[in-house]
Amino acid sequence: MSFTSALRCRECKREYPLDPIYVCDFCFGPLEVVYDYEAMRQALSREKIERGPLSVWRYADLLPCEGEPVDICAGFTPLLKAGRLGEELGLRHLYLKNDCANPTWSFKDRVVTVAATKAREFGFGTLACASTGNLANSVAAHAARAGLEAIVFIPSDLERGKIVGSAIYGPTLVAVDGSYDEVNRLCSELAGKYPWAFVNVNMRPYYAEGSKTLGYEVAEQLGWRAPDHCIVPMASGSLYVKIWKGLQELAKLRLIDSVHTKMSGAQAAGCSPIVSAWEAGTPNIRPVRPHTIAKSLAIGNPADGYYALQVMAESGGFGVAVSDEEVVEGIQLLARAEGIFAETAGGVVISGLKRLVEAGRLGRDEVVVAFITGAGLKTQEAVTEALSPPLHVQPTIASFEQALGERSGVGTQRTADRAS
Amino acid sequence: MATQRVKFTFPQELITLPVIYQLGKEFNVVTNIRRADVTADRGWVVLELEGDAEEIERGLAWVAAKGVRVDPVQGDIVEG
Repeated sequence: MSFTSALRCRECKREYPLDPIYVCDFCFGPLEVVYDYEAMRQALSREKIERGPLSVWRYADLLPCEGEPVDICAGFTPLLKAGRLGEELGLRHLYLKNDCANPTWSFKDRVVTVAATKAREFGFGTLACASTGNLANSVAAHAARAGLEAIVFIPSDLERGKIVGSAIYGPTLVAVDGSYDEVNRLCSELAGKYPWAFVNVNMRPYYAEGSKTLGYEVAEQLGWRAPDHCIVPMASGSLYVKIWKGLQELAKLRLIDSVHTKMSGAQAAGCSPIVSAWEAGTPNIRPVRPHTIAKSLAIGNPADGYYALQVMAESGGFGVAVSDEEVVEGIQLLARAEGIFAETAGGVVISGLKRLVEAGRLGRDEVVVAFITGAGLKTQEAVTEALSPPLHVQPTIASFEQALGERSGVGTQRTADRAS
Repeated sequence: MATQRVKFTFPQELITLPVIYQLGKEFNVVTNIRRADVTADRGWVVLELEGDAEEIERGLAWVAAKGVRVDPVQGDIVEG
């Protein structure tokens, strides 16, 4: 059951009923779900959660939904001890939260399953979003599962290959001519005009809560304890803020001890308004025009940037921005060391983590969790040029061994090893 | 009548210009400020505009041409 009681403005604290609304009528501040934590504490236990399904819905009591979930089994993704990567970086207790393992291969399934469930509760017939990738995939998939119409807005210059992951589920795809800002404005106006559940507009207070489950899962998978340090990719800043909120809630509910986690956030240098503000020591985010290969993080005017800065200050975490070259290196390092092929946001996190270690901002013995939020097959173009081409050989052993020898000398060595 | 909720972000060089006053004077648009944070070197204002939809459009285009960034109040909604 849900323990929600109201929506509340994050700025002026006015309360509103649990409706499909997202900004305060008075100050235009963002609205957030309010829970009755006392009642929740009475109803929840570690054992009850552990008996739940292996998805985000094992935490249903902590989410703002009443109805039957629109469920394609988002969440409860692996938390892997990263021994080889940890050794390379100089961290003894590094873990990877691998959200590539979600049904549409990114963490967006966590937020969309909540938004779709809430949309159905509210009686909406259409699920909508504006997206260049992961969000569109997830909205289209969940709408299909729920039997809802889906309408997905994409920039008209989006590569055809990126459309397939959404189009396959049968949504109405609308390619909008115009700049990124124009697409943003159009979709904002459409969300106000049509009776759709626009997942990150009128569903946003509920949608965003889905990200808390990353915090819950990591704590549960570590044996009901919060990590010492999290490193999280930041786009709007919502994911980062909600992981922190998830950990805080578990402590408030006495499911874990007090939280001492440092929350560090990583962005690509070509779109780093939150990290820039953190570096400048100001709470004011200056919007930027994104220019980076990390498209899934390319939000120039982050809705939750201000709140992300608050979490960074409160938790004692750090901001870090990495170049596009480092993004590619990070993807390759993760793949080679741990066998996980992440999309560009994962490259941002791994290279950001490397930078923080080199700057002495993480202790060797800290329990560190790096959040890998999406799978690499979605952004293959980012790494294609950095990879070695295959060896071309004739169908003979001699040709194979010659080619292998020419590449690196490895073939000769292996042959010699076997002979000895 | 239409209404639109927007956020203006001002660069340092435009902080001293009465852009919102001029918007209301040059166009048939009522401006209603709800939240703001302005200092000597930068500033943002969240406000509601009320008027004919086309007049609001023209007014916002004029503000943007001045060099002020105009965004929806909820931030960017096109996500990756």
